[in-house]
Amino acid sequence: MSQLKKAFVKFEQVDKSYDGKKLIVKGLNLDIAEGEFLTLLGPSGSGKTTTLMMLAGFETPTNGEIYLNGKPISSIPPYKRGIGMVFQNYALFPHLTVFENLAFPLKVRNLSKQLISERVNQTLAMVSLDGFGSRMPSQLSGGQQQRVAVARALVFDPKLVLMDEPLGALDKNLRESMQYELKSIHEKLGVTIVYVTHDQGEALTMSDRIAVFNDGNIQQLSSPNHLYESPVNSFVARFIGENNTFKGVVKAINGNLATVKTDAGPIIKANAILAGSVGDQTTVSLRPERVFINPDVTIENQFKCAVKQIIYHGDHIRVRVSILGSDNFILKVPNSNNQLNLTVGDKVKLGWSFMDCRALD
Amino acid sequence: MWAAYNVSDPIYASDGQLLSVKLKKAEAHRRRTAFFLVLPLLLFISLTYLFPIGQLLVQSVDNRELFRFLSHTNEVIHQWDGDQLPDEAVYSAFYKDLSSAVDNKQHGKIATRLNYEKSGFSSLIKKTSRKIKTFAAGNYKIQFIKADKRWGNIEYMLALKKAAVPFHGRKYLTAFDLDQNAAGEIVQIPENRRINITLWLRTIMVALGVTLSCLILSFPIAYMLATMRAKYSNLLMICVLLPFWTSLLVRTSSWMVLLQKQGLINDTLVFLDIVLDENRLALMYNMLGTFIAMTQILLPFMVLPLYSVMKTISPNLMQAATSMGSTPLHAFRRIYLPLTYSGISAGSILVFVLAIGYYITPALVGGAKGALISNRIAYHMNSSLDWALATAMGTVLLATVLCAYWAYNRVVGIDNMRLG
Repeated sequence: MSQLKKAFVKFEQVDKSYDGKKLIVKGLNLDIAEGEFLTLLGPSGSGKTTTLMMLAGFETPTNGEIYLNGKPISSIPPYKRGIGMVFQNYALFPHLTVFENLAFPLKVRNLSKQLISERVNQTLAMVSLDGFGSRMPSQLSGGQQQRVAVARALVFDPKLVLMDEPLGALDKNLRESMQYELKSIHEKLGVTIVYVTHDQGEALTMSDRIAVFNDGNIQQLSSPNHLYESPVNSFVARFIGENNTFKGVVKAINGNLATVKTDAGPIIKANAILAGSVGDQTTVSLRPERVFINPDVTIENQFKCAVKQIIYHGDHIRVRVSILGSDNFILKVPNSNNQLNLTVGDKVKLGWSFMDCRALD
Repeated sequence: MWAAYNVSDPIYASDGQLLSVKLKKAEAHRRRTAFFLVLPLLLFISLTYLFPIGQLLVQSVDNRELFRFLSHTNEVIHQWDGDQLPDEAVYSAFYKDLSSAVDNKQHGKIATRLNYEKSGFSSLIKKTSRKIKTFAAGNYKIQFIKADKRWGNIEYMLALKKAAVPFHGRKYLTAFDLDQNAAGEIVQIPENRRINITLWLRTIMVALGVTLSCLILSFPIAYMLATMRAKYSNLLMICVLLPFWTSLLVRTSSWMVLLQKQGLINDTLVFLDIVLDENRLALMYNMLGTFIAMTQILLPFMVLPLYSVMKTISPNLMQAATSMGSTPLHAFRRIYLPLTYSGISAGSILVFVLAIGYYITPALVGGAKGALISNRIAYHMNSSLDWALATAMGTVLLATVLCAYWAYNRVVGIDNMRLG
C-alpha cells in the first residue's frame, strides 16, 4: 500500500554520530507513507531511538536531510514541527492535572477556553478516561498514565506521532491490551505513527511495516508477515521469532534449492535466499513450529533425533532434541487432542520442508 | 470485589484478640528500639539547645538581681504616683538598700543596672556611695539632694521606680530603639541614640539580598549539576562542596585578602588601569563586603536543595513540552520552573535563616558599616554586659526565624523540604 503514496517522511542519507568516532546511524534512507504505522525495531544501541529523536528534532543529523511533507526539517526547531510524541516514561507534567496536561499543547496554540475543554474531553473519551481530567498524574495507574500520554500526543491533531517504547513499563497483560487500543486509535484517526520498540511481538501485532535496525542501519523493511516468513539475513531471522540454525557449506545451488553440507556431516536441502555460491559458508535457519514429528515421506529433510527435554507451555509444548550435531534444536508442538506421548530419551523422526529452511549469509 | 464492612467494627486477630491491641504489642519492641536509638541525641539537644533557649527567654525579662538589692525601696516606691518628687519614705528606704550594698561592696552592680534604665545613673550612684557613710539619720531626702542635685530630678526617681520590679519586658522595647516615657506610652528614643532599628532593617535586607543573589547564582549551577554527565558533574559538585570543607574563619579571612584596599581585586583593577591608584574601591568594611562574602559562603546551602530537586525532574518533560509546540523559554517557565519551587523554597529558607543570624563574616569583613544585628548582640554579650538586652534581641531573632518557618510551612509545607 505504502509504495503507491508519496513519502510523507523521508530520510535521505542520514548519518548521526555523537562523538565523531562512531556512527550511531549510517547512511539511513527511509520513506514513510502518510497514515502508515511504521515500527523501528532493533536491539538497544541499534540507532532506532536516535532516528526517532532526529525526526522529533531533539537530535540533529550529522549528515543528510530529513523531509517532512516534502520540506527539509533539519533547521526547524522541535516546537515548530508539530509532531506529537509519546515517551517511554510518559513524561506527564507531574504538577498539572490530567486536563491541564492535555490542554498544554492547545494553550500554546492559543485556542479558546471552550474549544480547549471540548478537544480535551473528546480526546480523554477516546482513550476511555472520561472524568479523569481533575486527577493528578500520580493518582493514576501505569496504564492510565500511558493513555494520558497518548491522548496528550494526539490532542492537538498532529499529522505525525512518534512513540518511543511507550509500553515498555507496563506489565504483560496491560501491554497486550494497549497494543490493540493503539492499533484501533491509529485506524480510527488515520494519523502517521512511527513507533520504536525492541519487543518483536509488539512490532508484529501493530505495524503496517517494520524496519529492523541493527548497527545503525535498516536490515529489512517489510510487512510483519513478510518479515517473519522471509527474513533476508540471519540477523533478522534471529531477531524476529525463534530459530534453529545450522552452519554449513554450500555444495550445490539449483534454482532456489541449495544443498548444504552441515558442519556435523549430513546434507540439508534448503531455500537459497542468500546462500552465495558453491563452496561458501552459510547459516541455515529454521522456525521451531515448522518442524514435524513423524513427517510425511514427501518432505525433503528427514532426520532421526533423541528427545532431551520437554517443556510444557500451556498452548504448546517445546521439545529440545539432539540433531545434526546440535543439542539445542527446539521444536514447538501444538497442544492439541492428538498429543504425542513423548518422553525424554525417545528416538523420533523429524522432518521439514526445504522452503521453510532458509540458507542465509 | 471486597465484602463491604463497617470501618467502626472492631477487627480481631486470628487468636481472637483485638487487632489494634495485637499490632501495638507486636510493634512495641520496634518502637522501644527506635526510642533508644534517638535517646542520645534527644538528651543532647535538650541539654544544649532547648534548655539554653529557655534560659534565654527568662534572662531577657529577668531583673531579680537588682530587685533584691532594692528590697526596701521596691516596697514603698510603687505607692508613689510619680507626679511630684517622692516623699521621705522612698529616700529612706533607698538609703537602707544603698548603704547595705556599699557595706557589701555591691553598689557597682546597682550602678550598672540602673544605668541601663537612665544613663547618668552610674556616676550618680558612685558619687553618692562615696558620701553615704556621712549621712546622718533622718531627713534622707534632703541629704541625698545635697549629695547630688540629680536626686532632686524626678526623671531619675521615675527610672528608679521602673527598675524596682522583678521581671519586665522593656528590653524588648530597647531592642527596637523604643522606650516607655513617664506617662507609660511607648516612644522612640532620641534619634542620635537609635541604632538597633537600623541594624534590624539592615540584617533583614542583607539576608533577603543574600538569599536572592544565592538563588540567582545557584540556579544555573544546580541545573548544570543535575543535567551534566556524571564524570563532570562530580567534579563540579566537589567545587560546590569545597567551601564546606574549609573553615569559615579561613574563608572569611581570604575574602579580606581579596577585598581590602591593598587587596587582590583592587590591585588587579589598578594594574589594568580600570581604577586609579588613589581611588581604590572600598569593597570591605561596608555592606558590600558583608554581602559578597556571605553570598559566597552560603551558596552551597542553596545549590544542594535545588540540585536534589532538579535531579528528579526528567529531561523528557522539557522535550515533551517542546514537542507540543512550546518554545524552550515557555516550557521552562510553565514546566521546569514550577517543578523546582520546592527546591527554591527549601534553599531560600535555609539561606535566609542562616544569613539572618550570621556573625563572623559581618564582624570581620563588614566592619562598623557592615555590621548586622548578631554583632550588636555579641557586643551586649561581651562588652556592655547588658545580657538582658542581648538575650531579648536574641529572642527576637529566634522569633523571626520561627515566623519564616511558619510562613514556609503555610506556603510550601515543611514535608516538601528537600535538602540534598
